[in-house]
Amino acid sequence: MTWEQGIFDLIVAVLIIFALLTGFAYMTYAERRIVALMQVRLGPNRVGPAGLLQPLADGIKLLFKEDIVPAQADKPIFTLAPMLSIIVALSAFAVIPFTVISSTFIVRGSTIASKGPLALASLNVGLLYVFAATSLGVYGIILSGWASNNKYSLLGGIRSSAQVISYELALSMAVIGVIAITGSLSLGDIVSFQQRHIPNILWQPLGFCLYCIAAIAEVNRAPFDLAEAEQELVAGYHIEYSSFRFAMFFMAEYINMITVSAFATTLFLDGPVGPFVLITPWLSGLFWFTIKVAVLLFTFIWIRATLPRVRYDRLMSLGWRWLLPLGLLNIVITGAVVAFTA
Amino acid sequence: MPRNAFVEGAAAIAKGMSLTFETMFKKKTTVQWPEQREGVKPRYRGRHVLERYDNGLEKCIGCELCAGACPADCILVEAAENTDGHRVSPGERYAKRYEINMSRCIFCGFCEEACPTGAIVLKHDYELADFDIPHQIYTKEMMLVPDPREVKRKLAAMTEQAGEIR
Repeated sequence: MTWEQGIFDLIVAVLIIFALLTGFAYMTYAERRIVALMQVRLGPNRVGPAGLLQPLADGIKLLFKEDIVPAQADKPIFTLAPMLSIIVALSAFAVIPFTVISSTFIVRGSTIASKGPLALASLNVGLLYVFAATSLGVYGIILSGWASNNKYSLLGGIRSSAQVISYELALSMAVIGVIAITGSLSLGDIVSFQQRHIPNILWQPLGFCLYCIAAIAEVNRAPFDLAEAEQELVAGYHIEYSSFRFAMFFMAEYINMITVSAFATTLFLDGPVGPFVLITPWLSGLFWFTIKVAVLLFTFIWIRATLPRVRYDRLMSLGWRWLLPLGLLNIVITGAVVAFTA
Repeated sequence: MPRNAFVEGAAAIAKGMSLTFETMFKKKTTVQWPEQREGVKPRYRGRHVLERYDNGLEKCIGCELCAGACPADCILVEAAENTDGHRVSPGERYAKRYEINMSRCIFCGFCEEACPTGAIVLKHDYELADFDIPHQIYTKEMMLVPDPREVKRKLAAMTEQAGEIR
């Protein structure tokens, strides 16, 4: 690791975090606006032009709120849990290729980035890394549920963690088909493979469907958001959190949503590649990647506005009795086809 | 044809999602206050006013029936005698002091129903918010309607100034 590589990585990391946080802020705005439009009303359109400064106002409000820690709460873990959630949510994005570069980027003799898809860290087990990072996110949920010293919080936390780990399994099964076809765990290789052939969604339609359903459940998002159901458990595992701690959980949820969408575009929708090039390849790559992630995020919001919440036992039943067997079926079929055509 | 729960379920979800998508492009029902205001119904109970007769005398005779009828006990009336020299209302007494505490008023309209002369009436003004609680005590001067003779006179003067009205 040379100085040039280190500085480049640092700059890109800062830019990614900045982009994710801005993305999170405008996701909250987009969600409120789009859900409102789907409900025959306008969303927030007063703060700033067309309401675009609403996230800023919300952020300032959250920061000025009183930070309450329950008396009997386990203070170190209470403090740690939201930090864990957000650190893990941000770091999962490190391996996702967000653009392509057309030639090797060399500065003062050291190769900073090689030609092709560019991610902050091009690990050869990138896919596994993303799963590991999202699995760690479960700790944030269960720890906050426990440390709040509140029965409802605990129940919400337990339900939520059980949901997340069940659907992680379904998510992994859906993705194994992609691994079998592309023969690699590296996300950069998967994008290159799709560039040479066709987007993986066409090879793996069942896999994509399973991925989508499992991803929504993984991120605790409607219709699978019973654990934080605003109407039932009054916010579940993050009831006792206020001000910035709550903001961290809030951020972690939306950033997980962005990560899961970005992961889906990388694995199934050909990542940062589009039909035509805008100005330069790297800008174009960024543009197409953003468009694809935005479409998936819009679909998340669309589904939230449309579907009623799934009852918890039916949710678990869906994960274990339907998605997991279908995932296994997908693996069997994909494996057979790959084995006979290779 | 066996009923397939998967297919039916997926079709139902698709139908629901297409409905929400189409709704995005429909006209919205939101009324953008303060640029747009939705009217209120004729019998809407908004801010109180103290009415007058056409000859300029106040209708309120200071009988305090409104204060008695008020369930929130927010009306204060102090009556004073009408003299020949100083006549405010047709009758023996007039309301020298008439105050309503708007922060306690529940806008039920019982005062309007109790009033024998039709002096206290609830009109359509609902934009009464303020930052200061003492401002919520509305006095007689704030609620009394302008003298109709004065209004007629001013209107005639303005009409004359404006020239012929077609």
